[in-house]
Amino acid sequence: MKRLKVSTGILAIALVTLTATSCKDAKKEHDNEDGHHSDMESGEGHDEAGMDSNEMMDNGQKTSKSDMLVANYLDLKNALVADNKDAAAKAGGMMVSDFNDFDTASFSSDEQQELKDIIEDAKEHAEHIEKSPIDHQREHFDVLSKDMIDLIAITGTEEKLYQDFCPMYNNNKGAQWLSATKEIKNPYYGAKMMSCGSVQKEIN
Amino acid sequence: MKIVKIILLVLLVGLVGIQFFPTSRNQSDTIPKTDFMTVNQVPKKIENTIMNSCYDCHSNNTEYPWYNKVQPIAWFLEDHVEQGKEELNFNEWADYSSRRKNSKLKSIISQIQDGEMPLTSYTIIHGDAKLSEEQKKEVISYMTKLKKDL
Repeated sequence: MKRLKVSTGILAIALVTLTATSCKDAKKEHDNEDGHHSDMESGEGHDEAGMDSNEMMDNGQKTSKSDMLVANYLDLKNALVADNKDAAAKAGGMMVSDFNDFDTASFSSDEQQELKDIIEDAKEHAEHIEKSPIDHQREHFDVLSKDMIDLIAITGTEEKLYQDFCPMYNNNKGAQWLSATKEIKNPYYGAKMMSCGSVQKEIN
Repeated sequence: MKIVKIILLVLLVGLVGIQFFPTSRNQSDTIPKTDFMTVNQVPKKIENTIMNSCYDCHSNNTEYPWYNKVQPIAWFLEDHVEQGKEELNFNEWADYSSRRKNSKLKSIISQIQDGEMPLTSYTIIHGDAKLSEEQKKEVISYMTKLKKDL
């Protein structure tokens, strides 16, 4: 009788283990499919989504979309200026969803291709900013800033922006960033070298 | 005492049980046209270094160690490879836009420079995948050149 109980118990728990692991397996496959899907079709998917909402789109929405992106970018920049890793991560996360939602349908096909390339790259940097220590956040912010400058060159923006340049960052290769204020506040060094840099260009 | 025995038995049964769940393997016989080595003229020495130290996780073909046949290690490795490929897949190099190539090269250079790649958890077992100072220099200078020529 005792043995029966024990073996029943073992069987039950083994069953639970198997079920649990097979769940994991199923989830894995699902993940794989998802990964595959987004890898293969991210481009097409975007275009298609764009087509659908084409009629509903107007220029006002288009600019407001890039302006949301700019606003979150500026939040990210300010967080890095303040040496605040967590706030930077949060703003990075906001940018990821902005990029996901970005609708390129109202642009010419050349611009769409360019925007697709920019967004694909920029989104990856924003994702890394979301989950990295501050040094890495800054490395990714460097390239993300370039992407944003190129993106705004296509989309335009309502905001008055300053394109700044710090010649020292990245082993003196230098790095750009965008700011809404004329005064230099360096996001690459924060408190260490707050005023390093100069305005390269005014946008708007 | 009895309870310990039961727990051990259950663990044993569970461990044996999970062995019956195979993982999808990251293996492929063909080298795609878009492969890093195919589209770039990579010097043989650097090619060997990159293949040996990077391709297990950053391509569609992993040379699996024997212990990958054992669960749950296989799951752990599978996760690892999946993640690695998502970040960078050398087999799909030509499919990346120049903008993305530039980003990838920048990350490759800085991660090797900082000793973050190859991962320590990988080189602990694959001692030969660890990059010597000379190998690091070679790979970095090659990647830097590639980045300039983009």
